[in-house]
Amino acid sequence: MAFSTRFTVGFMATICVVCSALVSVAAVTLRDRHQVNALRDRQRNVLVAAGLVERGEKVSEETVAELFEARVKTLVVDLEEGTIDTSIDPTTYDPRRAAQDPEQRRRLAENSAGLVATAPYELVYELTDEDGELDAIVLPVAGRGLWSTLYGYLALEADLVTVRGIAFYEHAETPGLGGEVDSARWRASWKGRRAFDEEGKPVIAVTKGPAPPPEDEPHEVDGLSGATITANGVTGLVRFWLGEEGFGPFLARYAKERGR
Amino acid sequence: MSKAKDALLEPIVDNNPIALQVLGVCSALAVTTKLATATVMCLAVMAVLLGSNVAVSALRSKIPPNIRVIVQLTVIASLVIVADQVLKAFLFDISKQLSVFVGLIITNCIIMGRAEGFAMQRGPLESAADAVGNAVGYSLVLVLVAFFRELFGSGTLFGFTVLRPVSEGGFYQPNGLMLLAPAAFFLIAVFIWVIRTFKTEQVEEEIHAHALLELGDEGDLR
Repeated sequence: MAFSTRFTVGFMATICVVCSALVSVAAVTLRDRHQVNALRDRQRNVLVAAGLVERGEKVSEETVAELFEARVKTLVVDLEEGTIDTSIDPTTYDPRRAAQDPEQRRRLAENSAGLVATAPYELVYELTDEDGELDAIVLPVAGRGLWSTLYGYLALEADLVTVRGIAFYEHAETPGLGGEVDSARWRASWKGRRAFDEEGKPVIAVTKGPAPPPEDEPHEVDGLSGATITANGVTGLVRFWLGEEGFGPFLARYAKERGR
Repeated sequence: MSKAKDALLEPIVDNNPIALQVLGVCSALAVTTKLATATVMCLAVMAVLLGSNVAVSALRSKIPPNIRVIVQLTVIASLVIVADQVLKAFLFDISKQLSVFVGLIITNCIIMGRAEGFAMQRGPLESAADAVGNAVGYSLVLVLVAFFRELFGSGTLFGFTVLRPVSEGGFYQPNGLMLLAPAAFFLIAVFIWVIRTFKTEQVEEEIHAHALLELGDEGDLR
């Protein structure tokens, strides 16, 4: 059976239409579930950074949602001004998308996180204890490692200086080397370190080899052997986000208001 | 019916896609550090393979030969996207661990191979049986490899501790090599060795690459 050109083109067009219909139907019908999953994943990682949930721990979606509901308040922070903007709905604002939107994004000069731009606003999570007192504050961080941009959360204690924990939820570093940013042991070495020096400059750094305990060396975190570039990337991105172009203005203002 | 039965049973051991044809090895390395991810990957491959084989087989007399590979790829790619979307919606944690490898089912040679090599010539029923058979053959290898890698690499099976590792106060020192890609190669090699010990007809005769090339038979040299 010979096939005419017209038949061939028509056949291919039909296949394409049918296939794209199939894909679109799947994408549209499952979109809500995808969004819920992504939200729960983000919430879980905020809790992991704050040390309320262990990574890999079997915690049901409901528990995560409940913990979040009871203990966490989401703030929309204007990075430039350092103010909390209540006119924006944190449930619908997507900083990752805003950082890529040429209309909205805030372009940066060369910086230690290796970022080209950030969103004008970021979502910051305020954690309270059972009595409603501030327990920790969780800041989103992002920056270049070796192969990929790392996305994660950095949790600071209520004094806004001491690190509570760190958790990266998305990266593509080498498993076993840079990928060790996920390991519980390395993440534990962040706890209790001081992110800022006496003058309020972010000085925390990932060192080479093991770091002394926090009492002796408050500003250094264990190195990642075989992953110098990832480690330097983490140092750079944490300093960037705690610095003037990141959450510096917000943290200063926030500390002042809480002191009052 | 017996043709369909052959198509179903043959690929499991006698003509196993990984062990004999050595296709689809990439994903067998990547997703087999844990049983849970390997199992989900197998189910995804089975779903895609079944869908593509049946669709290609049903359309086989209508597909113009000069664009047949494009048609096959379009069908396979669409099915893979749907599979990925479904996993993201219902098995979010595992789909995160599988990351790009679900998408890479598109390039899994088994699927293209079955579409082009089988479904283009046979009826939908036989093609469906062939798809299930090949998927089971693929799954058999993946699950076996994952079983050993998870057991010896992490001391767990499906995430439950079987051999308590030293770091948690047990006796077992996990074998880190098992978690790296070469371990999968070793295990697949052992698996092939075992099969060929019992099925000696699968043992390849010594071949000379040049001799084959002269015959214009480079197909076997992949």
